[in-house]
Amino acid sequence: MAMLRIVAIVAVLCAAAVIGAIALEWRSAIDPVTRPDLKSFTTAQIKLGAQLAALGDCNTCHTAPGSRPFAGGVGVPTPFGTIYSTNISPDEDTGIGRWSETAFRRALREGVDREGRQLYPAFPYEHFTLLSDDDIAALYAFLMTRDGVRATAPANALAFPFNIRPLVAGWKLMFLREGPYQPIASANDDWNRGAYLVEGVAHCGACHTPRNALGAEMVERKFAGGEVEGWTAYALNDASPAPVPWISQALLDYLRNGWQSDHGIARGPMAPVIDNLAAAPDADLQAMTYYMTGAFGEPSAERRRAAEALLIHVYRSESEPQPASASPQDPGARIYQAACASCHDNGRPLPYGGINLALSTGPSGPNARNVINVVLRGLPLASGERSPIMPGFANVLSDEQLAQLLVYIRSRFSDKPVWSNIDSDIRAARSAHVAITSEHGTDAAGRAVSQHEAQR
Amino acid sequence: MKLSINGREYDVGADAETPLLYVLRDELALNGAKFGCGLGQCGACTVMVDGEAVFSCVTPLLLLEGKKITTVEGLGTVDNPGPMQSAFIEEQAAQCGYCIAGVMMRAQALLQKNPDASDADIRSTLQPNLCRCGTHMRILRAVRRAADMMKSKQAASAADGSVR
Repeated sequence: MAMLRIVAIVAVLCAAAVIGAIALEWRSAIDPVTRPDLKSFTTAQIKLGAQLAALGDCNTCHTAPGSRPFAGGVGVPTPFGTIYSTNISPDEDTGIGRWSETAFRRALREGVDREGRQLYPAFPYEHFTLLSDDDIAALYAFLMTRDGVRATAPANALAFPFNIRPLVAGWKLMFLREGPYQPIASANDDWNRGAYLVEGVAHCGACHTPRNALGAEMVERKFAGGEVEGWTAYALNDASPAPVPWISQALLDYLRNGWQSDHGIARGPMAPVIDNLAAAPDADLQAMTYYMTGAFGEPSAERRRAAEALLIHVYRSESEPQPASASPQDPGARIYQAACASCHDNGRPLPYGGINLALSTGPSGPNARNVINVVLRGLPLASGERSPIMPGFANVLSDEQLAQLLVYIRSRFSDKPVWSNIDSDIRAARSAHVAITSEHGTDAAGRAVSQHEAQR
Repeated sequence: MKLSINGREYDVGADAETPLLYVLRDELALNGAKFGCGLGQCGACTVMVDGEAVFSCVTPLLLLEGKKITTVEGLGTVDNPGPMQSAFIEEQAAQCGYCIAGVMMRAQALLQKNPDASDADIRSTLQPNLCRCGTHMRILRAVRRAADMMKSKQAASAADGSVR
């Protein structure tokens, strides 16, 4: 089966390459320029560029842990192999210091580098293509005024045939719809602004929309949930597993703070996104939440009633704590009672108290992966800001004990059916280098730049 | 229930939900591990379980059945300190000393797994252990010294043929 699938993929790729080669000429190089002078950009432009770079999460992929901002070299795992991010600092030899604004715009719009080489869509140009000329100019101004860092990314480690760059031209024929964004006349300004940001620079769908066999987002299943680096990116449409439906104010608070009292906390790859959003203006976040509230859709009356009942139940049980059952027989219940309840059942509010797990999206999620990651590794402190905390239990929970705990959490805090693949998900999480602690470290560096610029 | 601590078996009366730290300090008078935050966030309570650093303040007894617990008392005695303890004394790495037992246990776990830990390894591993006196540089020197002492001790015992 797997073999057939691979053969099919290769066949499709070959066909695509032929069509691509015919339809698209080899892209020409754009002449190098001398690195533009700092004074050729306005402060307003650089400030806007800093905000856009933060919204676009550029530093997360383009800044390696402990390294200088935007110097690249971060390995991005994909089903096709590992792609290393490039140096987008303005170093003239190893970065983009000799790129003209035209070359930079072409990279974002068309996924082609200055020399004319096809860029892999791990760089989400199918989103960045929507950016306006002015915003691209601002991003260019911001990046060209950073410190140039001499650094060359390791070579990509991609399996054949994905290591053949020109094939990307065929991929684009099938999946790239070039921008810039065209407003929808029937929608209001807030919606259009939100759509521009969410679908464009913020590229939310890159994680939250499932991808097809060729790694392209499935447009017909927009925001139906995806996978990223061992974490599940939850559905942001009517399939959202959140026990309490998202409303715009809750979403705004979540994006601002990284946690929301009736939904839980941002962690894994969403944590650096939240860190970056600190630099985004309120108006932009409001437009994004307005647009996303539409994507979630109006919850059914039944779902709303269930959520209200749940909230009443949770907050009432917190104000009238029930005595813990003396000694439950179920091993998962005993572990929960002993290791989890002191924080998650004590009614202390987020971010320092643990959320009541009946409200958290994790236990109601499509699989156990996010809960496993958090139980094993905990939540790292974000430096310099108020953030949720949790110690990890990887060193004391055996796989069997963790599985027992997960089964109990699912049955007590969710009305959904039992999770499948718990054992293999636990093994994968144990062996994977799911980065949790390093993210904040990385981001502190990148973010400091953005926020400093944003506040100038 | 039965606990194995520093190579000794203990029969403890506390119920299975009790955090290990309380049993160590209140029942067994093993007072090396300290209560700091009680939330697994400061590291003062760190002990080793099967060779891994663990916050004893958030680890209930029921997860410890059949596992080997080591506290700072298990690294050596006042008269005969272990390499980690000697190194901390020689570098005078403690000021108030409240965090130090936890720091030593996490460093011990690291060096047992990776005797050649780099400075970067040591720094990132010790991140969960807070020290408010600010003796971080001395702590780092002490851990490096401990690594050297453990290696030369191992080399010496290999040379004289003794089995460790």
